[in-house]
Amino acid sequence: MARLSLDHVTKSFANFDAVKDVSIDVADGEFLAVLGPSGCGKTTLLRLVAGFEKVTSGEIRIGGETVSGKGGSVAPEKRRVGIVFQNYALWPHMTVAENIGYSLKVARLDKAVARQKVADALALVNLQGLGDRRPANLSGGQRQRVALARCLVAAPSLVLFDEPLANLDVHLRASMEDEFAAFHKRTGTTIVYITHDQAEAMALADRIAVMDGGRLAQLATPRELYHEPANEMVASFISQGILLPADVLTAEEAGHCKVRVLGTELVVRCRPGERPRAGAKICCRSADLDVSPDGPGFDGLVKRVIYQGGAARIEFTPAAGPDLILHFEQPDPVRLESGAQARLRIKSGWLIPVAGAAS
Amino acid sequence: MSTSTRESRGQEMALTAAVAVVIVLLSLLPMLRLIKEIVAPGGTLSTVAIKAGLASPATWIATWHTLVAGIGGTILAVLSGTLVAVLITLTDIRGHSALVLCYVMPLMIAPQVTALAWLQLSGPASPFLKLFGAAPPLGTKNPLYSTSGIILLLGVQYGPLVFLLVRAGLRKLPRELVEAARAAGAGWFTVLVTIVLPLMTPSIMAAAALAFVSCVGNFGIPAFLGIPANYLVLPTLIYQRLAGGGPAVLGETAFLSVLIGAIAMAGIFAQEVMSRRRDYRISSTSLPAEPYELGRWRPAVQAGMWLLIVLVLFLPLFGLVLTSLVPGYGIALNARTATLDNYRFVLFEHGAASRAFFNSFWLSIAAAFFAVLVAVPIGYLIAWGKQRWVRLLNLSVELPYALPGVVLAIASLLLFLRPIPLTGIQLYNTVWIILYAYLARFLVLALRPTISGYHQIDRALEEAAQVAGAGLFMRMRTIIFPLVAPAAIAGGLLIFMTALSELTVSALLWSSGSETIGVVMFSFEQGGDSNYAAAMSVITVAVTFVLMLVTNLLAPYLPIGVLPWRD
Ligand SMILES: Nc1ncnc2c1ncn2[C@@H]1O[C@H](COP(=O)(O)OP(=O)(O)O)[C@@H](O)[C@H]1O
Ligand SMILES: [Mg+2]
Repeated sequence: MARLSLDHVTKSFANFDAVKDVSIDVADGEFLAVLGPSGCGKTTLLRLVAGFEKVTSGEIRIGGETVSGKGGSVAPEKRRVGIVFQNYALWPHMTVAENIGYSLKVARLDKAVARQKVADALALVNLQGLGDRRPANLSGGQRQRVALARCLVAAPSLVLFDEPLANLDVHLRASMEDEFAAFHKRTGTTIVYITHDQAEAMALADRIAVMDGGRLAQLATPRELYHEPANEMVASFISQGILLPADVLTAEEAGHCKVRVLGTELVVRCRPGERPRAGAKICCRSADLDVSPDGPGFDGLVKRVIYQGGAARIEFTPAAGPDLILHFEQPDPVRLESGAQARLRIKSGWLIPVAGAAS
Repeated sequence: MSTSTRESRGQEMALTAAVAVVIVLLSLLPMLRLIKEIVAPGGTLSTVAIKAGLASPATWIATWHTLVAGIGGTILAVLSGTLVAVLITLTDIRGHSALVLCYVMPLMIAPQVTALAWLQLSGPASPFLKLFGAAPPLGTKNPLYSTSGIILLLGVQYGPLVFLLVRAGLRKLPRELVEAARAAGAGWFTVLVTIVLPLMTPSIMAAAALAFVSCVGNFGIPAFLGIPANYLVLPTLIYQRLAGGGPAVLGETAFLSVLIGAIAMAGIFAQEVMSRRRDYRISSTSLPAEPYELGRWRPAVQAGMWLLIVLVLFLPLFGLVLTSLVPGYGIALNARTATLDNYRFVLFEHGAASRAFFNSFWLSIAAAFFAVLVAVPIGYLIAWGKQRWVRLLNLSVELPYALPGVVLAIASLLLFLRPIPLTGIQLYNTVWIILYAYLARFLVLALRPTISGYHQIDRALEEAAQVAGAGLFMRMRTIIFPLVAPAAIAGGLLIFMTALSELTVSALLWSSGSETIGVVMFSFEQGGDSNYAAAMSVITVAVTFVLMLVTNLLAPYLPIGVLPWRD
């Protein structure tokens, strides 16, 4: 177990910054998920931590020791990190047991001890008796378990996962997710877990680092990420948040302020210290929207109704903002039809803080 | 509609039939004729030929020599080729493309030229050693006239072959497999030994099989180094028998050539068995691993690499050039003795030599031209055809090249010893029999790049033309040929370079008036006129080199890997 800290880490390939000025502190035993769309630099970040890539600038420390930085780079084999790759990366010319026991063999561990450890690791991932199989003869889920066992057997201080479930079918994912959670609980290892699937990140992680175009967009608990996104990217990326232009009318008071959105006034949650300003944005979720035929709200047109069993997803364009699309769910019996006029009400929302404001 | 369907069906049938005829003529017919000679000499089944062959002690000695030289050469080629491939592909050594170009160059030089060049470097008459006064006294035996000399040169000649295959394999190695091992605590060397090389087993085995087949079938090197030492391998034994006995001993040499073929096949079979023993299939694809940083060792490794290249390429060629400038055997080279007379002699004065230049040039051009024309339709059937028998098609085109050249030469002799039935045309003792053998043997050199060219083309381009109403021949001419032309032409140029100084086949098939460059070079060397042989060699190497540069112009339009010397 070890603390991991990244300090203003930047990685450039030629002229292109794959990771830009990222600073993250991962506490001892913490489960950190790194979440972001494809190509945002997640894998590069992980390879920097593992030592397969050299930082262009900044510093990485594992357990207090600087492993990457100006003074050079500690070789990957000296970092005591475990990695589980998306494509499993099992060596096809070795049996399952040989794959798992590889790090023990490299460390010249006593053969009998090594055999016992491999057996324990196999048991830990529920693969007893498969030690003599070849990786090619295993299912995807089994392969990923072997990869997990291979990485645990060396008792690494830090385990890195690179989209470990991306190649598995939905069914297997849920059970592997449980297994990862159980593994974390049992061993207390520090984990950095990369994924592009937010449900997975939310389910597993203590905190989530959202990345966008190489930068760290927000680092927060899943709950905070959902309720208090720090910027528009996080707001729209997490759970399909809806962004609406707003003018802040009053200063913050007890975590709330009054805003004007689409011509109606409402009270939203906000950060302390917010002051009246124009050109702000609020984020609301589909659950925050409600049809209010007679009450306060704003009028608009129902664009599309997509029935999804038990409820319909309604896409709605307000008259005051013809470029906007708001979506929400209406449970059965669905009464709205596409092309119909309707009046919506925003029950609550979150005022996106000014860019660059400290959280 | 139905007429046009019928027309296009008809064109496809015509194409298939034409291809079938070419394949039968060039590939199946000679092989069948050879087998018939073994099992049924004179038309009736008998084991006489086999028994006679097995009873001769010369057969056994030559077989033993073939195995020793073949296995020794293969081991050397595999060790050196793999080492160079690992260093160039997996480390941060600098100047990749220059290193690859120079290391692969010996592959483009004919074996007998390699042999001659090395002989000129090391013997008592070596102008190179004389430059430093280091030449042994005249009369001393050249150390290369020995088993180890043959093995050394076979290793030099075919190391690049191994290099190319292993390098291709290493480039496909996904980086995660390496990184997983490093994360498990393994240092670079451990990763190399426990992960990288085991995973390269299929590539290394395939390379070893190819090198083995090339070594046992090689004629030029054992002819130049072995015959003076009376160290005969099967190809040189066949050559000597035929040179001494003429057509009368054809049956006996047929047995010997089948024996070489069998040894070569055994090598390929052994490779199959070895590669099957474990699972080496790499299922994922990814970027290649980051190159290993040699750090302070880099200058040393870099220098070692260039030293190797100086040793295997520049020094021998330098020795060759020196010899070609010396007026006669054993004369030291200096400003006063240097002369271009040797060049003038071989180009303009010596009848057979100038004839040989003419013959080899037009034979190579004809073979290349024909192969390009034929490779396009054959490649079409193999790459885009739906029939299942196309695999056999591919195999039967590969066979004459995969088998040692002597095999095909003997088969051609058997086939054309008598006039062609019905027509009365006599190919034996003419230059045409050499052309036939070249066509059969080298076709695959144009076919392989063409097929990879087809695989790179979006088939929709052809289908669009089809929808527009173009028949097969129309599409071939206007769409397909222009698209695969660069690849096919690059293949043609490879054929030209290979055929220009070819010796193995023409040594058995030539006759007075139909000499090739290789044959004349060989007879000069055998007669002690190394200076003339060297002059001819320098000319062919220069032509080859210029052609390589010209072919490079095609590179942007070619699939990766068509030009072996380009990285
Ligand atoms: N070795 C490399 N050389 C050049 N560009 C790279 C390299 N590795 C990654 N990149 C680029 O960096 C960006 C981030 O890649 P990656 O970290 O793999 O994204 P993610 O894992 O989030 O999908 C991509 O645009 C990718 O093309
Ligand atoms: Mg990735």
